Amino acid sequence: MPQQSSDAVTLNNITKTYGETVAVKELSFSVKRGELFGLIGPDGAGKSTIFRILTTLLLADSGVATVDGYDVVKDYREIRKRVGYMPGKFSLYQDLTIEENLEFFATLFGTTVTENYSLIKDIYEQIAPFKTRRAGKLSGGMKQKLALCCALIHRPEVLFLDEPTTGVDAVSRKEFWEMLQRLKQQGITIVVSTPYMDEADLCERIALMQSGSILSIDTPAAIKQAYPDELYAVKSGNMHQLLKELRAYGSCYAFGEYLHVSGISENALAGYVKEHTDVVIKKVAPGVEDCFIRLLLKHE
Amino acid sequence: MNEKAITCKGLTKRFGDFIAVDNISFEVNTGEIFGFLGANGAGKTTAMRMLCGLSFPSSGEATVAGYDVFTKQESIKKNIGYMSQKFSLYENLTVKENIRFYGGIYGLTNAELKEKGEGLINKLGLHSESKKLVGELPLGWKQKLAFSVAIIHQPKIVFLDEPTGGVDPVTRRQFWDLIYDAADSGITIFVTTHYMDEAEYCNRISIMVDGRIDALDTPANLKQQYKAETMDEVFYALARGAKRSAD
Repeated sequence: MPQQSSDAVTLNNITKTYGETVAVKELSFSVKRGELFGLIGPDGAGKSTIFRILTTLLLADSGVATVDGYDVVKDYREIRKRVGYMPGKFSLYQDLTIEENLEFFATLFGTTVTENYSLIKDIYEQIAPFKTRRAGKLSGGMKQKLALCCALIHRPEVLFLDEPTTGVDAVSRKEFWEMLQRLKQQGITIVVSTPYMDEADLCERIALMQSGSILSIDTPAAIKQAYPDELYAVKSGNMHQLLKELRAYGSCYAFGEYLHVSGISENALAGYVKEHTDVVIKKVAPGVEDCFIRLLLKHE
Repeated sequence: MNEKAITCKGLTKRFGDFIAVDNISFEVNTGEIFGFLGANGAGKTTAMRMLCGLSFPSSGEATVAGYDVFTKQESIKKNIGYMSQKFSLYENLTVKENIRFYGGIYGLTNAELKEKGEGLINKLGLHSESKKLVGELPLGWKQKLAFSVAIIHQPKIVFLDEPTGGVDPVTRRQFWDLIYDAADSGITIFVTTHYMDEAEYCNRISIMVDGRIDALDTPANLKQQYKAETMDEVFYALARGAKRSAD
């Protein structure tokens, strides 16, 4: 029975093990309707397992989960009609053309390409000039756009995207996220996973994940605000040496052009770097990546 | 000795009508960390394959570790290390077996293998895992191990093709510690990445667009040249104009 819930997705104490490996451990969270929700974490965090449980492709060992109000075990047929899923690995038919793949998926879901064309128009137009080309012969970026069209053609309530931007260059990643923002405006709930910390800021809420558990779950702004320390960006003429030295005194790691340092006062810091040339020390606001690193180190 | 680790002049690779690598010229200094950036399909992998002695250029000239890419491919292979996210270690061999296997291929003696192997396991803190199958290790450990194995024969140059993809932010930085240590020991590093913060860790970087190298300098100079705050902006300014995209 469908429930009139404000949540598009709920997980309650979900656990999944593969042999001795615990992929997902007593996980609970929910995603609101219309939300753009990000699962942020490295390989092995359990992101794909969650997607496979929610799309009814895998049974959890224990716990309860719902999608669009339906139970993932009892009501799997209903869920399959209502979700769009783009797995991490390209899974369309390589021997079918762009056009044929799209029509095939529309037919599977009992609809037509024309009926929901408005939803995919922006994306499909970018690959339409190649519509007679076989999917196997497409570039990475084009495959990704086709897969997104196929996942959307039945106008799903919830769209699951498993690492859609992994291995994709910075420009294509940006374009992909612009597409997601437009889909969100059309009212589709989107659950997306990524190992890229910079993409976390583009989600409304995020769960930072590691080894099957959630380390923190909130809006990116709230997660950043909860960072407890002062954070400094430091650089000098010899970065590698500086990194090795400062590690002795507090938390210090490379962060692009600068090192990010916490747990050391600004005065003490100025003292430690006085042997260095071209020193810059400035206070910076922590990003999601800083928060994640802090949580990971605390966990170890 | 101040010879160049890599020299490359007018290097070109054609596949039929398609020019994958279009007349690129650059040099990499010995001991340098050189970042080789570019959008998907820009031609990075093709260029790297020529430099590793795995494919012949259509035209141009290049030397790697002093050896010519046309005539000395086998010498190049002996003097370089290589790892990528896709190809690294044998998953169904243990940590120790992988070390023995790769060390053996690179011609290490049994005594060297023992010494280097133990040193490597110590450095990575893999004692309790040394008899585990590599397939059972978390990705971050696998990648650190793969890198250490790729330089077990102390090559002159190591080629790293997106070594940190999908790895957590802490492990990613530990991986760069290993890169710096290798560079300190005199190994030249040639690395590709999609993480723009990692571009900052390189001494110099090149950015490929549609088969050409459109920019090459230190990160600081590139940011100045493109009036950008971050390498991300520099990359975006250059790669946005790309005409082609591929895997």
